[in-house]
Amino acid sequence: MAYIIVLALAALIVFYVVGLYNRLVRLRNAVRNAWHQIDVQLKRRHDLIPNLVEVVKDYMSYEQETLQKVIEARGAAMNASGTASVAQAENMLTGALKSLFALMEAYPDLKANQNVRELQEELTSTENKIAFARQYYNDSVMRMNNATELFPSSLIAASFGFQREEYYVVPEAEREPVKVDLR
Amino acid sequence: MAVNRNKSVLLLAGVFLILILMGMAFGNAYGYPEFGGVAALVIAAIYVLWAYFGGRAAILAISSAQEADPVRDRQLINLVDEMRIAAGLPMPKVYTIESDALNAFATGRDPDHAAVAVTRGLINKLNREELQGVVAHEMSHIRNYDIRLMMLVAALVGAVVLLADIFGRSLWYGGSSRRFRRTSERSGSGAAILALIGIVFMILAPLFASLLQMAISRRREFLADASAVELTRNPHALATALEKIDNALEATPLPGASRATQHIYIANPLRSFGMRASALWSTHPPTAARIKVLQAMG
Repeated sequence: MAYIIVLALAALIVFYVVGLYNRLVRLRNAVRNAWHQIDVQLKRRHDLIPNLVEVVKDYMSYEQETLQKVIEARGAAMNASGTASVAQAENMLTGALKSLFALMEAYPDLKANQNVRELQEELTSTENKIAFARQYYNDSVMRMNNATELFPSSLIAASFGFQREEYYVVPEAEREPVKVDLR
Repeated sequence: MAVNRNKSVLLLAGVFLILILMGMAFGNAYGYPEFGGVAALVIAAIYVLWAYFGGRAAILAISSAQEADPVRDRQLINLVDEMRIAAGLPMPKVYTIESDALNAFATGRDPDHAAVAVTRGLINKLNREELQGVVAHEMSHIRNYDIRLMMLVAALVGAVVLLADIFGRSLWYGGSSRRFRRTSERSGSGAAILALIGIVFMILAPLFASLLQMAISRRREFLADASAVELTRNPHALATALEKIDNALEATPLPGASRATQHIYIANPLRSFGMRASALWSTHPPTAARIKVLQAMG
């Protein structure tokens, strides 16, 4: 009888440990997947920008400087490598796009153009998707970190080498509202 | 979330029980309670399977929802995509309802088989941020597995109402021939009492069903509002959206809405019991209370 109880207890513990281990794997995969979601949206933004610039440039001949900045920021973002420099370049691009959008408000003909409206909707949505993908990434990181640090899953995490994940941190500059100079 | 999945199981057990009891009462009225019970069991099994796998399509069809047009409804599809990214869910199917009413709902058995439907009026009357708030609210219902529970409730209430209706009619129209057959077979008094119980049950069942429907969905709306804000970080947009929806409710009714589906919408499209008051008879909390909670968040 005692033998059976010990066996049952051992089986229970094994199941519990396996469950915790699988949970950690699932959480880690979720974090990685969330990170790639951000990449997908960034790529989409890069693809959309040339179209927008092409359509917009005839209307905004006095704003060559802003358009040039957007193109340059896009180039820099596409060529950047390494998490930190990619983040920095993408934030530059976000800033450049924000000032372009703000300037576009001053051109009624431009805003009436169906093509421009569609592109603007796509880019606005992509901007949001990037932000929400980062938000979700951070949520996933929090869940992963909780699981690696809270008892008892911390024991499993430590013995199988699960690591804390890094949060995506918004750079200081991006927290300030965009300043628009309409001249 | 796990709570809702357990509730779904409980609810399924409840559906079985009610349908079997109704079948027995129904069969009893014709002198065959056992046959009624067994028939109801078989029908209930098929019915529950159908509700689980086909409920989404049925609810969408009843509400005359159509798949969103990828060009015309680009913004709506984008908004749903944004919110499902924020919630970390797969992309649900997006539907529109060609009505000037302002309303929206989500349905499906799980996040992999979910659908979000929004009226044309809502798309036209709300700005981008407000629409985002509404979509986030629906996405929260999907994430919390409310959609499965609400779909099953819709099926249950629909079935109870339908059966009660059939029973009522058969008593009315089939009455004389049955009474004749019964009196010739055995003494009528015992059977008559059972038939009376059946009738009482038929009256109580729809009442019970709608009580269940109300209890399930009221708290849920507050929770979905709060989770929506967690996704958008923008309580004011959802608050103004609810205000616009509330103001338009009486002016433009939603044609597809019924007793069975009223609880799945973001705001009750029927308002049959004087919904201004936060009464027992409402499937939704008063919108003013929801707006107040949202304003307090910002």
